[in-house]
Amino acid sequence: MIFPLVWRVLPGPTALKVIELLVLLLLLVFVLFTWVFPYIAADILPPPDGTVDSTPRP
Amino acid sequence: MTSHDTLPSRHDAQASPDGGAPRKRRPRQTVGGALLALLAELLIIAGAGTGLYVVWTAWWTDVVAVNEQHKLVETLHQPEVKKVAGTERRADVPVLAEPPALSDVFGTMQIPRFGADYTRPIGEGTDREKVLNTIGLGHYQGTAMPGAEGNFAVAGHRVTYGKPLNQIADLKTGDSIVVRVTDAKTKFDNWYVYKVTDSQIVTPDHIETIAPVPNKPGVEPTTDDRWLTLTACHPMWSAAQRYVVHAKMDYWMPASEGTPKELTETPK
Repeated sequence: MIFPLVWRVLPGPTALKVIELLVLLLLLVFVLFTWVFPYIAADILPPPDGTVDSTPRP
Repeated sequence: MTSHDTLPSRHDAQASPDGGAPRKRRPRQTVGGALLALLAELLIIAGAGTGLYVVWTAWWTDVVAVNEQHKLVETLHQPEVKKVAGTERRADVPVLAEPPALSDVFGTMQIPRFGADYTRPIGEGTDREKVLNTIGLGHYQGTAMPGAEGNFAVAGHRVTYGKPLNQIADLKTGDSIVVRVTDAKTKFDNWYVYKVTDSQIVTPDHIETIAPVPNKPGVEPTTDDRWLTLTACHPMWSAAQRYVVHAKMDYWMPASEGTPKELTETPK
């Protein structure tokens, strides 16, 4: 399974594994915030933009 | 076994096949059980991802956009103004030509009701990516410029991306909306003070709200028709309707003369 696999793959003693895990999570959040979420917001789920418009928007 | 026996470890994996540890052995996993565990993990990941997306839209886009909008106000190089109230002028209103390019920043908006430190840049156009998500307030292209006869119409987010019109529903009749238009090249720098007249909630197809004379499409504006219209989402987080606020110009003043008194008073 995914979580046990990640835990096994991380090298070092438990304390080090915890730190590695935190670094990986921060990296993941950075990637999501910088590239993935802006893409989703722009192309998939545009937030309401507050304009009046004669052409209906999704 | 240590106290960590809920955490799977290499130790568990090795101990299982020969049946050597009878006391606390995990039951052998079936294929169905493994798939269920995988599904559970995927659901946890999806839940965490969705939660993070909400954090990103509701919080992080604001952090980024507010920072960006403060920098944009500085790029206008608006000269420091004297705190004294200048002469209120109602005739010969100077009007800057509409900027030709999308996303040009040509002025700022201050709304005392939104707080004394509320100053946001106004950009040309209402393109979502190029204007509303970055600059914040966007001037509907083709509508009047500040001070001109007609309707200076502006859109802005009510939530996310710096949420410039977050408190639009707090505006009351008589509240001031102060616009400053600055063009460093031509030394154009003027205040325009508008007073809120009314608000309405409409579906997004009601473009007559930004007609030259609001809600009277086809009617030619007269010298008395110097309007400002704000549009934002309604209800918050929804695209179902628009919250629209209309305001009418009260007076204008060269920025070199001072600051409109409305900016130094606190609204009641």
